[in-house]
Amino acid sequence: MNSATVRNLLVRGMLAGLAAGLLALVVAYFLGEPRVDAAIAYEEAHSHEHGVETVSRTMQSTAGLSTGVLVYGIAFGGIAALAYCFALGRIGRFGARASALLLAAAGLIAVYVVPFLKYPANPPSVGDPDTIGRRTALYFLMVLLSVLLAVATVILGRRLAPRLGNWNATLAAGAFFLLVVGLAYAFLPSFNEVPKTFPATLLWQFRLAALAIQVTLWTSFGLVFGLLAERELAPKPARATTAAQATPVAH
Amino acid sequence: MAQSVAQPTTTPTAVPAKLPIGAIVPWAVFFGILMLVLLYFVGAEQGATTVMSGDNVHEWVHDARHLLGFPCH
Repeated sequence: MNSATVRNLLVRGMLAGLAAGLLALVVAYFLGEPRVDAAIAYEEAHSHEHGVETVSRTMQSTAGLSTGVLVYGIAFGGIAALAYCFALGRIGRFGARASALLLAAAGLIAVYVVPFLKYPANPPSVGDPDTIGRRTALYFLMVLLSVLLAVATVILGRRLAPRLGNWNATLAAGAFFLLVVGLAYAFLPSFNEVPKTFPATLLWQFRLAALAIQVTLWTSFGLVFGLLAERELAPKPARATTAAQATPVAH
Repeated sequence: MAQSVAQPTTTPTAVPAKLPIGAIVPWAVFFGILMLVLLYFVGAEQGATTVMSGDNVHEWVHDARHLLGFPCH
């Protein structure tokens, strides 16, 4: 019974992730792709060597982009749904939809915004290929750190709530989160590999587009999944139960 | 008789019941790993680390990788 609920929520999370991925794809195509193209044009005008294209630009910007964004949406939808199963009824007096939206907001901040502020998204031609190993390792480390820290923050907030009250406990836990994130920012190495003549406006627009994609993805996931989860968790309110009970009574 | 009891619990502000941890863990372990593998292929394969030879995966998800914030190359 409970295991079936987890399964149903997981399936709904992946479906909501797919729907959110479709919306994020629209943003990625219309806001992101023009900037990727502009960055590639810069790259081709300034680099000395040209690699052989195995996948055409047209395929990369349509089918390739869709594959990446949709798989990302489904995967995070599934993970968020599993996190939702743990969070449900354990994070305070929130209903099914409010819990979903709170979880999505936490996901956006922990999975994306916190790592993004330290290691922002880079367009093609920004970033030294020689440091890709280190940059990738540090980026994933930052994501992992930030997610674990967010979980710790929620647990800390719940522990403090009986003593400090909900408001002050939330503030204290939030301050703890900011403090540790600040320490991580201060002590982890930074990279500045933007070519000297790379247009600053283009870099800003690219990063803003990258942020817009994630805000779209997580917000729409929270709203869609909240709706689906609420239906799953209360599938037989008034109408269904009375109908089911009416039959045996009549007989 | 049971209907009068069921009424108050269906208010929209009702806090959903907790799901037992034991029921979540098997799903979380199996599907959690599966989802992370998917994310690995979108985010990092044939960039910093390589499982499959060539660069077709990297080239195919190239634009998504840049726009989703992963270090690409």
